[in-house]
Amino acid sequence: MNRVASATTTSSTQHARADVLTHLQRLEAESIQIFREVVAECDKPVMLYSIGKDSSVLLHLARKAFYPAPPPFPLLHVDTTWKFKAMYAFRDRMARESGMELLVHVNPEGLAQGIGPITHGSQVHTDVMKTQGLKQALDKYGFDAAFGGARRDEEKSRAKERVFSFRSAAHRWDPKNQRPELWNLYNTRKGKGESIRVFPISNWTELDVWQYIYLEGIPIVPLYLAAPRPVVERDGMLIMVDDERLPLKAGEKPEMKTVRFRTLGCYPLTGAIESEADTLPKIIQEMLLTTTSERQGRLIDHDAAGSMEKKKQEGYF
Amino acid sequence: MSHKSELIARDIEGYLTAHEHKSLLRFITCGSVDDGKSTLIGRLLYESKMVFEDQFAALEADSKKVGTRGGEIDFALLVDGLAAEREQGITIDVAYRFFSTERRKFIVADTPGHEQYTRNMVTGASTADLAVILIDARKGVLTQTRRHSFLVSLLGIRRIVLAINKMDLVGYAEDVFRTILQEYHDFAAQVGLTDITAIPLSAVYGDNILEPGPNMPWYHGPTLMQHLETVEVGEEDSGKPFRLPVQWVNRPNHEFRGFAGLIASGTVRPGDRIRVAPSGRESRVARIVTAGGDLERAVAGQSVTLTLDSEIDVSRGDVIGAADAPPQVADQFEATIVWMHDAPLLQGRDYLVKIGTRTASATIAPLKYKINVNTLEHLAAETLELNDIGVCELKLDRPIPFAPYGEDHTLGGFILIDRLTNATLGAGLLHFALWRSQNVHWQALDVNQATRARQKGQRACVLWLTGLSGAGKSTIANLVEKRLLSMGRHTYLLDGDNVRHGLNKDLGFTAQDRVENIRRVAEVSKLMVDAGLIVLVSFISPFRAERRMARELLAPGEFLEVFVDTPLAEAERRDVKGLYQKARRGELKHFTGVDSPYEAPEHPEIHLETTSTSPEQAADRIVAFLTEAGMLSPT
Repeated sequence: MNRVASATTTSSTQHARADVLTHLQRLEAESIQIFREVVAECDKPVMLYSIGKDSSVLLHLARKAFYPAPPPFPLLHVDTTWKFKAMYAFRDRMARESGMELLVHVNPEGLAQGIGPITHGSQVHTDVMKTQGLKQALDKYGFDAAFGGARRDEEKSRAKERVFSFRSAAHRWDPKNQRPELWNLYNTRKGKGESIRVFPISNWTELDVWQYIYLEGIPIVPLYLAAPRPVVERDGMLIMVDDERLPLKAGEKPEMKTVRFRTLGCYPLTGAIESEADTLPKIIQEMLLTTTSERQGRLIDHDAAGSMEKKKQEGYF
Repeated sequence: MSHKSELIARDIEGYLTAHEHKSLLRFITCGSVDDGKSTLIGRLLYESKMVFEDQFAALEADSKKVGTRGGEIDFALLVDGLAAEREQGITIDVAYRFFSTERRKFIVADTPGHEQYTRNMVTGASTADLAVILIDARKGVLTQTRRHSFLVSLLGIRRIVLAINKMDLVGYAEDVFRTILQEYHDFAAQVGLTDITAIPLSAVYGDNILEPGPNMPWYHGPTLMQHLETVEVGEEDSGKPFRLPVQWVNRPNHEFRGFAGLIASGTVRPGDRIRVAPSGRESRVARIVTAGGDLERAVAGQSVTLTLDSEIDVSRGDVIGAADAPPQVADQFEATIVWMHDAPLLQGRDYLVKIGTRTASATIAPLKYKINVNTLEHLAAETLELNDIGVCELKLDRPIPFAPYGEDHTLGGFILIDRLTNATLGAGLLHFALWRSQNVHWQALDVNQATRARQKGQRACVLWLTGLSGAGKSTIANLVEKRLLSMGRHTYLLDGDNVRHGLNKDLGFTAQDRVENIRRVAEVSKLMVDAGLIVLVSFISPFRAERRMARELLAPGEFLEVFVDTPLAEAERRDVKGLYQKARRGELKHFTGVDSPYEAPEHPEIHLETTSTSPEQAADRIVAFLTEAGMLSPT
């Protein structure tokens, strides 16, 4: 991580030398504008913090938007208890450094029932611990706006979502009844109990996110960088043995392989890739030359066609 | 791809430096249903290698299952995102796509051609630098082509690519291309579009997408991608005055007070003299603060935080502008409105308007005309329906900083919001301020409401009785007025039926006329309150929005809403005037409670349930309320 942090010392997106802004400068300015608009018009915003690279960029932009003040809202992590250990350590460090309050919510019913990805499968685990957990947390604290790091280039149903995405009091998304969004004018008004999911980096691509992390020296979880790690191969995916909760099947033996993660979720659901990319430029290089899309490492999208759209209608971010 | 891959593999840092400095082109694609928009965008993504192997495998499978190309690769499936679209085989919402080439990064708004979804096209056009308008070579210029061209022009897009697609289905014939181009030019000139690049294409086979291909040797212009990569981008910002709509006042402690926002136009440096609109106060820029250090200069498009060298009052919604060229301020405008909602526009209704970082109350009246987008004819109109475009006068409740949309999209573009449903109803573009708004000033008179009311030994207010026909409003209002009169108070009763015989005899009972009916009564009550009277208004006034409008015309505490609550069945049983019977027989249209809704008050000052309260008791309660509220003694 030190190497990442020291990769750039001065921020080149800050200084506009010419009047034509680069695409990253335009994206950054738009994102900051979105953050400020929400804080100016909503009663109780929160930032959903998932610890991944998109969350890292989101947090960085939020800090820029309100500098020299800290962002005037807390971070919320809806925890499934199955994240990588390195993610928890990183989360706590970032909360400390940003001076923001960190709220952690675990679905107490899911916890009591012992819901987990290994025993209950990805679908049940994601629904109970993430989707239901998120709704519980939003209701519990009464947040009326929640920032998320979703991007339109991630997945087909996301390409049509607004920057300001309205949810009914039951947290449902109605893709056929979205408000038109013109210019950078956002209608933030909502009825009692309704809330908004706000996506400040909607227009960023995966490459933009990586490039911005590189240029701005934004800290990320070390799991994104290649290192020798113990893995087993399952259903064509490399699963890291992060703790003793991963039961090994007959004949399975963890092997040390040099791997990294393109996307970070719950460790038994997130496949690693074999890679030698141990610096940010190498990660970007690998990403550009690769031939499979980002979310392929996640089991969640494989369930059925249109599965993400269904999950979103039910309240998944 | 191969060239790009080589650079990435050989010199990733060099590639990143190049990518960092790429410019951004935002464009929209629009056209009629089945012009092949989705296929074209799918093809652009595929050709610029934005489609990964796993997506391609899924595409192959989908093409066999639901494709429309007999099992061949159907590129449209790459971009038809929502499940509902797959079933119907049409694009139903605006979607954003991203791709980049060696020269540029692109954001594409994929906008539908379906007539009822025109609002989405306007949405996509609002942020675009260029428009690609698709035409099916077999069909030529259609109604939708005209509509989209007009909208694109209206929203300030000047650069047009006319993509004449499906050339493969007309034998790649040059004369077909020429005929369509001529027809389009004739129309485009009428809407002010002159910068047109026409390209003959086959999105399905890839002709003139990246490479010219062998089929149209008669065409010597650029391919679509060549054009998109090289066309000039960016607004001409040089020379425009500095404008910063204040989004957020940043006050982390007593020492720091920063004004944050996205610069709408111009340039700013520390030391620049600024003027704040609408207050007119002046100061100088002290610092341009960002997390990466103070800036020496900031330009349009940057999000910054300014501090000033003197403490002056600046709030969200204000605009900080150059002192020698400050923004204009006005409260009445001529504007174009694009209506985007199922519920039609009601003239005179109180809407919210959001412009820049400011939200204000607005009414639209009169609606001057609507525009037939096929012929550009101006048609008389009472209302605007979904996808209608009209020109109107817009009146705000307070003066705001603004600019004509043609000069500044941020200070000239606005959205209209419904106060009750919070829906975005439409978008608008300011043309200019009306002469009178800058020249007619309110006369401050020496004798005012307070002196007039004091003379009468009371405080002026409006008792607004609302409820169904036959609820007992007029009976109760009469009793209240008699009691107040006997107490020596000065009153006036405005009754729905009576007012309709005179002041409002030109109005019927459509939703539009009901709004106007209430608006006039509210304005008359306001004048009477100014005269120091206690005004009783007895009107069905079925819509919350209009009652709210009346409330907002008056000072806080002057509007007292009295809900005369009689269940529909009871009112219909009484049917004093025989109107319910007529309405049920269909002889009376738009009758509240029968075929027109009644929106009950949510928080009335006085709630009278007539099934358990006699008219006399009701009148007592109202008088008691006035006494307790101090309305019957002078201030």
